[in-house]
Amino acid sequence: MTDDSPDIDLASLSDEELTEQMHSDLYDGIADAITEGTNIFLDRGWNAEKVLNDALVEGMRIVGIDFRDGILFVPEVLLAANAMKAGMAILRPLLAETGAVRQGTVVIGTVKGDIHDIGKNLVGMMLEGAGFDVVDLGINTDADKFINALLEHNADILGMSALLTTTMPYMKVVIEELKKRGLRDDYIVLVGGAPLNEEFGAAVGADAYCRDAAVAAETARALVAKRRAAA
Amino acid sequence: MRWSQSDVRPPEAPVPAATPRALVIGCGALARELAEVTRGLPGVDVTCLRPDLHNRPERIAAAVREAIAAARPVYGDRIFVAYADCGTGGGLDRLLEAEGIERLPGAHCYEFYAGAAAFARLAEEEPGTFYLTDFLARNFERLVWRGLGIDRHPEFRAVYFGNYRRVVHLAQSEDASILAQATDAADRLGLAFEHRHVGLGDLRTSILAFAGTHA
Repeated sequence: MTDDSPDIDLASLSDEELTEQMHSDLYDGIADAITEGTNIFLDRGWNAEKVLNDALVEGMRIVGIDFRDGILFVPEVLLAANAMKAGMAILRPLLAETGAVRQGTVVIGTVKGDIHDIGKNLVGMMLEGAGFDVVDLGINTDADKFINALLEHNADILGMSALLTTTMPYMKVVIEELKKRGLRDDYIVLVGGAPLNEEFGAAVGADAYCRDAAVAAETARALVAKRRAAA
Repeated sequence: MRWSQSDVRPPEAPVPAATPRALVIGCGALARELAEVTRGLPGVDVTCLRPDLHNRPERIAAAVREAIAAARPVYGDRIFVAYADCGTGGGLDRLLEAEGIERLPGAHCYEFYAGAAAFARLAEEEPGTFYLTDFLARNFERLVWRGLGIDRHPEFRAVYFGNYRRVVHLAQSEDASILAQATDAADRLGLAFEHRHVGLGDLRTSILAFAGTHA
């Protein structure tokens, strides 16, 4: 996957080839090609949900794996995310129109004292791609703001992000506040961020630690399905 | 008379057992400062890992593990690790606990240079603070500007730094050229600039304490 590959006539590719090409273009962060490929699939009669899942979400999942394995770095992931956004811009109104099945509502934010939001923004995008309505509270978010948003939006999931070892303990403060108000069991709580790990997630009382944006989306879908099955 | 390694011993003097040497395994971003601190400590050697691990903290623990394994046959338990947690999320601590080796205090170099209390005040006063040490000021172009891809994609500047409000240069030296580089970095990021001379802080005291015990 290099930048100097010759131009490919996307319209001449079979569905399978075009899907693979879109994974490659996402990997290389070529937003124009993603826009073009998305439109080609729609012209061929694919529904928006299928384009989203097969071409975009799967492509970003591959990007996530290579980032985790140290093959890709943050700039490349940002370019890939930017390319995915280009596809999402086309698909979003179609998904709304067609009434695609919504998975639930997620409230996400970076915790109090922390202003880092690159990872959180990627998670928001992947959650949206996975069919969730995402309420993004931004950065430096305190417990009251998180809890008020959960109640206001009748959310299913709380997602908290932190990049700093000095701010990640605040996740426990939010979870303890949920417990104090008798709300903890009403929500699935996911945590993530570079310095976190599964052990930390368990220690603060989260339902799951998510190591990257793709895992966050998969975990959110799995835990919501499990909760609904148990209801 | 004080003996050093280059002195010629008188023939009648008893030959003392060789003093075992001690090793500091450090972050490459601390190389100059570690050299300065250990200059007067003849029994202490220093080896540094690649400074670009600063941008890949998830790789630090594995690199330190490898360095410890290589050093054990020579230095035994006389090893100190000149890293803070440095974004390893406790990964370095788990390794060092198993190895029985100590490290620098705190979450990162900003904290051990400034001191824990002073750093906490800085972070509370403005969470949107981007910190520069002398090393980062000198290597801003390579590690930050090019390392984060801002040279190739200027739009990334807002993505990375849009939530930041100021740059604080936690200076180790009084070097005017480094101060100029730090100021220039803040200008390029479009952020307010503050300079605070904090010296070597807990880096010096920790290395001296280690040397006092082992060298």
